[in-house]
Amino acid sequence: MSILLLIEQVLNGLQFGLMLFLMAAGLTLIFGVMGIINLAHGSLYMVGAFAAAGVAGATGSFALGLVAALAAAAMAGAIVEITVIRRLYTRDHLDQVLATFALILIFSEGTRWLFGSFPLFLDVPAALSGAVTLPGGIEYPLYRLAIIVIGLAVAAGLFWLIARTRIGIRIRAGESDREMIAALGVDISRLYTLVFALGAALAGFSGALVGAIQSVQVGMGEPVLILAFVVIVIGGIGSIRGAFVGAILVGLTDTLGRFLLPVLFGFVMDPSAATSVGSALASMLIYILMAAVLLFRPTGLYGRA
Amino acid sequence: MKFRTLLAAASVAALGVAAQAEGVKVGMITTLSGGGAGLGIDVRDGFLLAVKQSGRDDIEVVVEDDQRKPEIAVQLADKLIQSEKVDVMTGIIWSNLAMAVVPAATAQGKFYLSPNAGPSALAGRGCHENYFNVSWQNDAFNEAAGAWTSENGIGKVFLMAPNYPAGKDMIAGFKRFFKGEVTEEVYTKLGQQDYAAEIAQMRASDADLVYYFLPGGMGISFMKQYAGSGADKAVMGPAFSFDQGILGAIGEAALGVKNTAHWSKDLDVPGNAEFVASFQAEYGRLPSLYAAQGFDTGLLVASAASKADVGDADAFRAALKEADFQSVRGAFKFGANNHPIQNIYMREVVKEGDIVTNRVIGTAATDHTDAYVGDCKM
Amino acid sequence: MIRERYLNLAIMLALLAVPLWAWVSDEPFTITLATRVAILALAGVGLNLALGLGGLVSLGHAAFFGLGGYAMGILAHHAQTYTPLMESPFLIEGTKSMPVIWLVAVLVSALAAFAIGLLSLRTTGVYFIMITLAFGQMFYYFTISWPAYGGEDGLSIYVRNGFPGLNTLDPIQFFGLVYGVLALVLVFSATLARSRFGLALAAARQNEERVRTVGLDAFRLRLMAFTISGAITGLAGALMADLNRFVSPTMFSWHMSGEFIVFIILGGVGRLFGPVVGAGLFIILEHILGGLSEFWMIYLGALLLAVVLFARGGLIGAFSGPEVGHD
Repeated sequence: MSILLLIEQVLNGLQFGLMLFLMAAGLTLIFGVMGIINLAHGSLYMVGAFAAAGVAGATGSFALGLVAALAAAAMAGAIVEITVIRRLYTRDHLDQVLATFALILIFSEGTRWLFGSFPLFLDVPAALSGAVTLPGGIEYPLYRLAIIVIGLAVAAGLFWLIARTRIGIRIRAGESDREMIAALGVDISRLYTLVFALGAALAGFSGALVGAIQSVQVGMGEPVLILAFVVIVIGGIGSIRGAFVGAILVGLTDTLGRFLLPVLFGFVMDPSAATSVGSALASMLIYILMAAVLLFRPTGLYGRA
Repeated sequence: MKFRTLLAAASVAALGVAAQAEGVKVGMITTLSGGGAGLGIDVRDGFLLAVKQSGRDDIEVVVEDDQRKPEIAVQLADKLIQSEKVDVMTGIIWSNLAMAVVPAATAQGKFYLSPNAGPSALAGRGCHENYFNVSWQNDAFNEAAGAWTSENGIGKVFLMAPNYPAGKDMIAGFKRFFKGEVTEEVYTKLGQQDYAAEIAQMRASDADLVYYFLPGGMGISFMKQYAGSGADKAVMGPAFSFDQGILGAIGEAALGVKNTAHWSKDLDVPGNAEFVASFQAEYGRLPSLYAAQGFDTGLLVASAASKADVGDADAFRAALKEADFQSVRGAFKFGANNHPIQNIYMREVVKEGDIVTNRVIGTAATDHTDAYVGDCKM
Repeated sequence: MIRERYLNLAIMLALLAVPLWAWVSDEPFTITLATRVAILALAGVGLNLALGLGGLVSLGHAAFFGLGGYAMGILAHHAQTYTPLMESPFLIEGTKSMPVIWLVAVLVSALAAFAIGLLSLRTTGVYFIMITLAFGQMFYYFTISWPAYGGEDGLSIYVRNGFPGLNTLDPIQFFGLVYGVLALVLVFSATLARSRFGLALAAARQNEERVRTVGLDAFRLRLMAFTISGAITGLAGALMADLNRFVSPTMFSWHMSGEFIVFIILGGVGRLFGPVVGAGLFIILEHILGGLSEFWMIYLGALLLAVVLFARGGLIGAFSGPEVGHD
């Protein structure tokens, strides 16, 4: 094992982390502002990927596919907010879990009904295909570098949105005191629809981006949903900064765990057992990380008590 | 007294029904919803096409959706046996579901015909006279690939599969016939979608070939990421990751990849071209490996039904064992453990017009049989 | 509106009458379905102790369900292969006896629930939901990749385990056994809810301060409730394994935990018989809708959504009116 390979794996971990951040940002935003646990977030991610694959397949343009993903997911989000989520603000988490669990069933089978049961094709755009050589001689896929850049840009954009804009001020006000903001004459239900659509658009956007290098298929949102929840719980639910740190932590832990654990166990047991035990432990590692973080900080790294 | 006459009348009626029933009732449990639905739909469509083409109206098929959950499959098996009273069962796609259903079904005297999946336990010590595998034993494609790799002078191989029993079986199958050196053996998380870490290891490895088994979406994700990574090692695998339903989603990234299978749509054997054309005409898509297996299973049921009455279990079993049908894979017969003896071909992913598909480039194993037949005491 | 007590009695009688009718008319599969309902209801009753009474929304109860299942699977596997479970420091043999298996299942899942509760109960709200989910996922991935007991393939047990004096292979006798267990646990659960412990637990759910001022430790109350709840769900897991004669890692999947919650909400949160109604309705829907269309889960989703949005208090609430307060 060379140092170069280790550095490349750290880069992979960061890249995976930023990918997770894209998925988790919308989820944490929605929870932070509205207090809603949205299990259907993964479905919106899937909607984005399918819209991108459908439009990119028909027009041949990845950029148009991305636009379609944003639009379709935002629209699906707005519809869901107006028809379902709006009735759940005053309910407890239990009702929210069940209602959004039901939405998963509807979205998954509805997508299968529309697009069929076979995975769809979505490729990286020609301009971003292939690999580049980084300083030090690491060959790295251009598209993954693009994901790193986009992930950082989205993070910066969200921080700016929350800290510097009128909408951001309203969002922060809504987080801290719901009655107050209504009293100030802000149309709270329109604000909520907007925030939910924004979170959904983020999910759809990441679905389209990630869909180009992963399988676009029904059910693709569920493993992602669980990962995104792990990320925001580690970071502290509702905190964009927490989601960012949590995502990087999870990305690094998972990637390096998969790579290093079989090697480490190789020092104390025979190779095939080491591979087996190492891989088994690696698949549980992020959940162990999450449990450990919550033991020491019951509301996550940046969560409010 | 009245009660007793009623009972007697009822049993006479029941006997009458049994004497008339010469048709075969088939219970199909397969995956029709969720992420793995494409495979089950292909098996079902292939099977129903064969039954339709046989022209027999005495084969009744009851189809149920297992949602890819073993508990649901067990429950449906109970329903088909206890409530629908089927004679023959088929349809299961996944090894773990087959392990849950098959032993119980055969123990209750039902015939089970596997249109996909062949766990080693059911080929060896757990074999049963009523269990017929019409697809392959899990190791078969991998054994053929291992043999082909050695014969073609490839010495060093990087192996990868998900960390679960089928994955480990596949890797063991490859190693059984491969004589060179395994440089790395990597087990990934089941359902994993991002393979950047593994691809980095592959690039750093000095292996000549990457051999992997990643079914369904996992394989699509890996292949897309591998193609964009700049890695230049040759890639090979069993056909599951390069089948028609999946190639459409991978696209040109898979071009040139070699994979092993017992069937291909361009395989030049009697009946295959007709099958491909009629499947396409009926369903508007190209048949996959799973469709071909479903079709063969349907042909097998029809051939047995024309030779024997399903009420006579011994005769029906013998009729099944004869495998007197024109398989779309060419020569096909059952070995001592009721598993196939068949050729395994090497295919290559090519582009025909706008469609990415497979082409046969050679035979990887001739009249291949499985490694567990010796353990089967039947 | 009907008094909830009479409604409960009617539910219990219906659950008994259906399989008896099926037995008379020789429909063994209906008996199997009813057994399934009773077992899932039992798992739900277990979760309801934590969720309904204690307000602890656990999305990880599949862990206990799976542990109970695997307790049965592992013990019976060793018994049917005639290999001891452990030889040193002392010999432990496998067993095919249900009472022994149940005891082991209850102890193992209670122990696991105690340990998980000890760690998880430091958190509240969404964090609690998610940390229990994380523990469930740990078990799920562990059993998939752990080769000794079949990994993802699971374990098949060829003959149902035995219970003294009964032929458990006979569907109606096995149903009777499960029904008996469910009835006992329901009585236990009702007694617990009315006990000092149950009242204190419910009070802690509504107002933690108030409990503390009378000198009770809310954390201990909840840990106790979570442990008992896990043990009951574990017992249901062992029974489910015996019904299917099969265990697999999907018993640990988060979908399973989600389904338990669905049972409770369908029937009515905190209602003693909520999970029984919920499980029954869920299985009936699955059975009927599954035959209607390939896309039946859309209808299931829409129905669940309708219940959450428009039928608060679940079905029992819809029939018997709002819950009568305990205090």
